[in-house]
Amino acid sequence: MRTVKAQTITDTIVQLCMEANYNLGDDMLAAFDKALTKERSAAGRGVLEMFKENAQIARTQRLPYCQDTGFVICFVDIGQDVHIDGGFLEDAINEGVRRGYKEGYLRASIVGDPFNRKNTGDNTPAVVHAQIVPGDKLTLMIMAKGGGCENRSKYKMCTPAEGVEGAKNFVIECLKTAGPDACPPLIAGVGIGGTFEKAALLSKRALFRTIGEPNPNPEVNALEQELLSKANKLGIGPQGYGGDTTAFAIHINTYPCHITSLPVAVTIECHAHRHKEAVL
Amino acid sequence: MAGEEVRRLTTPLSDADIESLHAGDRVRLSGVVLTGRDAAHKRLIDLLDAGQPLPVDVRGQVIYYVGPSPPRPGMVIGSAGPTTGGRMDSYAPKLMALGLKGMIGKGARSLPVREAMRQTKCVYFGAVGGAGALLSKYIKSAEIIAYEDLGTEAIRRLVVEDFPVIVVDDVHGNDLYEEGRKQYAQE
Repeated sequence: MRTVKAQTITDTIVQLCMEANYNLGDDMLAAFDKALTKERSAAGRGVLEMFKENAQIARTQRLPYCQDTGFVICFVDIGQDVHIDGGFLEDAINEGVRRGYKEGYLRASIVGDPFNRKNTGDNTPAVVHAQIVPGDKLTLMIMAKGGGCENRSKYKMCTPAEGVEGAKNFVIECLKTAGPDACPPLIAGVGIGGTFEKAALLSKRALFRTIGEPNPNPEVNALEQELLSKANKLGIGPQGYGGDTTAFAIHINTYPCHITSLPVAVTIECHAHRHKEAVL
Repeated sequence: MAGEEVRRLTTPLSDADIESLHAGDRVRLSGVVLTGRDAAHKRLIDLLDAGQPLPVDVRGQVIYYVGPSPPRPGMVIGSAGPTTGGRMDSYAPKLMALGLKGMIGKGARSLPVREAMRQTKCVYFGAVGGAGALLSKYIKSAEIIAYEDLGTEAIRRLVVEDFPVIVVDDVHGNDLYEEGRKQYAQE
């Protein structure tokens, strides 16, 4: 049994929240450069150049890349030989969010109740998805998830008869309806299989993969490539101004499912794809 | 569609300015711009519906749909990019009827909003969503003028200089998103 202090979790979350918001990943910067070599639209290229400049300012001035500093989604993989000492896991995470958002001058974007809609003032609570995994490490993965793109995420329970074609059509439909509203170029996290909630979780988790890193199953990766190519023929383009870059990546995760079901969940993510992780 | 030249405009915008703009035109905006998003719009419209006066005069103004991040000490404003304009669709025509002349946001507007824009001479500009750090550099001052309790959603009076926007919906019935997609869609 290995002990991880709750305080260490809090301190780590503080740093992850700030770093995610100031430092866009190298994979995203590479995706901007790659798109610039292919994009035919001058307006689209202008937008991609602005993303690069924005990332540079955010990184050097420690200013959030996007003013919507997001809902903190935290996946925690807890090794089954880990003991958390000195506090409750979710409290430790929320304290980290509270401090990180205050100390980092990050925006409080969470309302405490969906109906009365009063802002909690400190961006808590986070959405925590914890699971027990083999080993004695604790992995914290956070994403600062913007509202504009999250609002375009969708779920469909396809029938087995609709099959892979049904799933493909639904993913493309989601990107189409996300359109300019969700700040394209987009990334689609896709969960196929499992149940209603499992598919949604798979779709979120798929976004933590390095941009463009293929699903290890070649068949699934072929699907990812096919959908990316289709997405980039939609014409939506950077910010919806028209162009060849509507999506940077489609990441698909799959899971076994019931004989009656073909669940498909699509989490829409924007170019402000902010996530960081740490292993304790 | 977007020409290479950039128009420079200063608020308040005249009807002639607005009629001269076409979807895809790149514009650098200077002058006073008000901020307002979901919660502030709801309060303004609730007041209007109750026949009460508004805390801000929107006549001739441009509203920027933004909820900035908090400024670090010594800074004018934090990160300040646009939020999705479509969420303000149910409110916007009532403000246009009072004389609102421009909106800055990102994302598509509904057909009734575009029709109201045509009738009242109001233009919808797009700013680059998610480029909040960069866009904040064009904001020279910011002060809260109403609804301070709403925090990021309070109504602010900004002074901007050469703030980069593009015309999304003009008063001639054109929409940059539709035109852009048509031009680049394959199959």
